[in-house]
Amino acid sequence: MAKPENTGVVAPERRKLVSGPLGKGDKWFFRSTSIAANFAFVLVGLILVFLFTSAWPALQSQGLGFVFGSKWSVEDGSKAVMQLGPMLWGSIQIAIIGIALATPMAVAAAYLIVYLLPQRIAKIATAMIDLLAALPSVVIGLWGILVFTPVAVHWATIANQAFGWFPLFAVKDPTAVLSDSPFIAGWIVAVMIVPIITSVTREIFTQLDDALVNGALALGGSRFSVLRRVILPTAAPGILGGILLGMGRAIGETVAILYVLQLDFHINWYQILEPRGGAVASWILARFGEANKTEFQGLMAAGLVLFIVTLLVNILANVIVNRSKAAR
Amino acid sequence: MITLPTASTLSAENISVWFGQRQVLENVNLTFPANQVTALIGPSGCGKSTFLRTLNRMHELIPSAGLAGSVFLDGQDIYGPEADAVDVRINIGMVFQKPNPFPTMSIKENILSGLKLSGRKIDNADELVETSLRRASIWNEVKDRLGDQALSLSGGQQQRLCIARSLAMNPKVLLMDEPCSALDPGSTRRIEETISELSESMTIVIVTHNMQQAQRVSDQTAFFLAEEGTPGGVVEFGRTEDVFNTPVDLRTNDYVNGHFG
Repeated sequence: MAKPENTGVVAPERRKLVSGPLGKGDKWFFRSTSIAANFAFVLVGLILVFLFTSAWPALQSQGLGFVFGSKWSVEDGSKAVMQLGPMLWGSIQIAIIGIALATPMAVAAAYLIVYLLPQRIAKIATAMIDLLAALPSVVIGLWGILVFTPVAVHWATIANQAFGWFPLFAVKDPTAVLSDSPFIAGWIVAVMIVPIITSVTREIFTQLDDALVNGALALGGSRFSVLRRVILPTAAPGILGGILLGMGRAIGETVAILYVLQLDFHINWYQILEPRGGAVASWILARFGEANKTEFQGLMAAGLVLFIVTLLVNILANVIVNRSKAAR
Repeated sequence: MITLPTASTLSAENISVWFGQRQVLENVNLTFPANQVTALIGPSGCGKSTFLRTLNRMHELIPSAGLAGSVFLDGQDIYGPEADAVDVRINIGMVFQKPNPFPTMSIKENILSGLKLSGRKIDNADELVETSLRRASIWNEVKDRLGDQALSLSGGQQQRLCIARSLAMNPKVLLMDEPCSALDPGSTRRIEETISELSESMTIVIVTHNMQQAQRVSDQTAFFLAEEGTPGGVVEFGRTEDVFNTPVDLRTNDYVNGHFG
């Protein structure tokens, strides 16, 4: 086909497309919602600035040792040593134990709710699990120390007797009472993050195309093989996002862990049944009341480190959840 | 060469179906002889897809579903006390309306997925993959990209992949629920050709809304109808050319000539 001749008509300029609000009411609505939305950013920024200014002297005097060293001694104000290492590792360790315990429970609960239970009972189960998320940390902590610890000590003793040859379950003194350990703190954290992982997983399962499940069943799949080979692989990125959201909460957990864990600055890398461990947030809470000026700055620095770690985990979680949505 | 099983005769006797209290099918009797293609036609909501799902026990997966009657595969009741739903579905494969390849698997993994899902051993996987893809006439298009994600294929290719996936299980009967309704005319034609070739080794039951398609691919046709307020049932069943050219029932005549539905 021949190209049309240029007949002297000038191609119009590219226009600016207006997509903003035009009406007065609309403009006000737009402004108020954007203020509300931006407020979250401002708040996070202000908290960071506040933490950073309060923490600066401590960070300056302690250097990198603040994060990686293992000693906390503030008796002599001028030669204070504040090294957060064991607490920081403890936070991560407890979060990992919590996730390892919570994930199978949460995935099983979500599968039961979405695929097996009659609708009415599924609704009740969902409400119960969400209720668990609404329980205050203090209540779970009290339950943890009064009710759960004796039970968990029993489990820990069995685990030590049966698998004590494996470094993870070894203890220095097998006759001691195995309470106040990262193992117990991990269980407490698991109870607290099961609801969030369950609700994210439930959401992902609900959005999963029924055609895939039916197709797998029509090929001769059993309930379990369909879960393992089709449902879980398809839902995996979303579930991982839920796990990281749970991890964000687990790392920041404070009161409940303080009740059930012996905080100790001799770093405990992997002996999870030993009655010593760490948790940054709990340490801040434990020391805050009687801190002098130097230690206050150190605790602020601890808060800053915790804040950054939690922020990173949450950002990662959001990226993964969003990416899995795009793929579906 | 992988040996193919012989086709089987499938017969449905006095099938009635309920969802909760509502009866949607009443007393359906149909026989699907070996190596024949049977088309199920009828307006939307007449219960033909529901009937198809009773033939491989997919129907029972819907909560509140109810059933009366029997379905016999070579004389064995697939709803009998000794029948295992998983075995039934292995023998009686199904292709759905919307292509549903597994998104996390490659083309090759999709073909082998049925064997993995049903926990069977896979010997000479490569040969099985090639045979299955050839039988679904998609081998030449995908043979150089078996490791690619299944979702990278076009809609028509995905549907033929799903057919190949069912064929890898060596079913005796293949059920197809409007397999071309989401596809373009070219893909539709290719799948129709595939259906004709497959009928040499298996029995095929296909639900379709397309009258021309029913006439092109099927040996016999069953016309389903659900009149207002009553459960659906078979109005007419016979040789395809008879049902379309010299229907006995006036309602069949109206439907196949496009007067309603």
